[in-house]
Amino acid sequence: MNLDDLLKQTSGWLKGTGSHSEIIFSSRIRLARNLEKIIFSNLASKAQLMQTLSIVEPALKSLESIKKDGLFLKMEDVSEVNSQLLIERHLISKELISEKNGRAVAISSDETVSIMVNEEDHLRLQVLKPGFSLEDCWKAAEKIDSALEKKLNFAFSAKLGYLTACPTNTGTGMRASVMLHLPALVLTKQINRVIQAIVKLGLTVRGLFGEGTEAAGNFFQISNQVSLGRSEMEIIDNIKRIINQVFEYEQNARQTLSTKNKSKLEDQVWRSYGILKNARIITSSEAIELLSNVRLGFDLGLLKGANQETINELFILTQPAHLQKLEEKTLTANKRDIKRAELIRQKMN
Amino acid sequence: MKCQLCGKSATVHLTEIINEQMTELHLCEECAKDKGIAGLGQPFGLQDLLAGLVDFGSAAPADKKNALQCSNCKMSYDDFRKSGRLGCSLCYEVFKESLSPLLKKVHGSLQHIGKGPSIDGDGFDAKKKLQELHLKLQNAIHDEAFEEAARLRDEIKQLEKEIDG
Repeated sequence: MNLDDLLKQTSGWLKGTGSHSEIIFSSRIRLARNLEKIIFSNLASKAQLMQTLSIVEPALKSLESIKKDGLFLKMEDVSEVNSQLLIERHLISKELISEKNGRAVAISSDETVSIMVNEEDHLRLQVLKPGFSLEDCWKAAEKIDSALEKKLNFAFSAKLGYLTACPTNTGTGMRASVMLHLPALVLTKQINRVIQAIVKLGLTVRGLFGEGTEAAGNFFQISNQVSLGRSEMEIIDNIKRIINQVFEYEQNARQTLSTKNKSKLEDQVWRSYGILKNARIITSSEAIELLSNVRLGFDLGLLKGANQETINELFILTQPAHLQKLEEKTLTANKRDIKRAELIRQKMN
Repeated sequence: MKCQLCGKSATVHLTEIINEQMTELHLCEECAKDKGIAGLGQPFGLQDLLAGLVDFGSAAPADKKNALQCSNCKMSYDDFRKSGRLGCSLCYEVFKESLSPLLKKVHGSLQHIGKGPSIDGDGFDAKKKLQELHLKLQNAIHDEAFEEAARLRDEIKQLEKEIDG
């Protein structure tokens, strides 16, 4: 496949399948790995970055999931809009393109696997799947990691585990994250208390869309902080236990809204639906907010028709680089707002 | 009390408890704002604050620490202190004295448990499993959970037999 083929498909993790998918958008396992003695990316010269890339490139290309119709992209060959497209699809991070020299990414054809080269660590392996599926993600990541380990000499110490550029990743090098849609906890104003409790338990919470800590569209990403002194499965078990509780809180809040605030809830869902189906100009942040309400409406059975995959996909398709790729030209912010409204109408009608 | 990042008077005090390890942060208003710790409930990552933690809790004398430099990547102690990041895998040994308290603060542990390079397939390495059982045994004895300790001891014996046999 090539980069433009991405636009023609829905990312594997957006399918809306998997368990708990009415609240849990997707699950992700990330592993950080570095080569022994080779200078970490943040300190490396251009020549050293190229050296790292030349060592890892054959190993990545020989992976089953990459060999079979996957992508291997050197970031210096990728245009600005295509780089943004990869960010919007959660396949690379913003940090990867802060410098393009020696940076690369390998992506599986269904987009569930991506491996960044020379981000903060030499390798950042990510497995992203729909629904509540941390174990599946871990199994897949572990398999790829073991395959790479046969060919690459990773920096590892029996005492400290995998050695990473940042001490917050030392040990397993693993970050397990779950992306949740929590509109009812936000509407019932319980979300801050829930976040505070999660943070106290040693996990971190971030927004999935939007800048920094702002949680646009009521999407939250919950991940582990500790990576040393606990096995991968212990970390996953711990986060699963907490996510199960958050899941229950959200369900209860949805129940409360449906019984005690039914008219208000229905009004909010149907208004959002009406605007999305009829608007001629819509900003990215408005679209995300309204799509979030509509997603809740479908999950509660208030709305019928469009499937979850369409709604999930719209969160990504309505972002700037995607709109410009679909239109095949650079668009000003105003033009994008018009194109965005058009695309949503077309997908929802 | 002084701000751990800039040395001005600290007015924002933060305590985090991870694995029963307490991490205290003392920052001035500006640095706290800069790091996004404006009010309660504001999520932030420890990695944002690492630089302020490097010098914290290390017992080594300052002049000895300042002279440290990694022979492989040339990272100096000062670079490490300012960025909170390492330059290569060998830095872990070079800056061990400052790094150990830092790792302990962040993770509450200094012993890796989990996957290692020698392991194939989907399970744990028996050696790692053994290590884990030993740690659990220590905890059980410490907590005076003797039934649990006896069970763990049996499990360890069994596993040792498997490894040897």
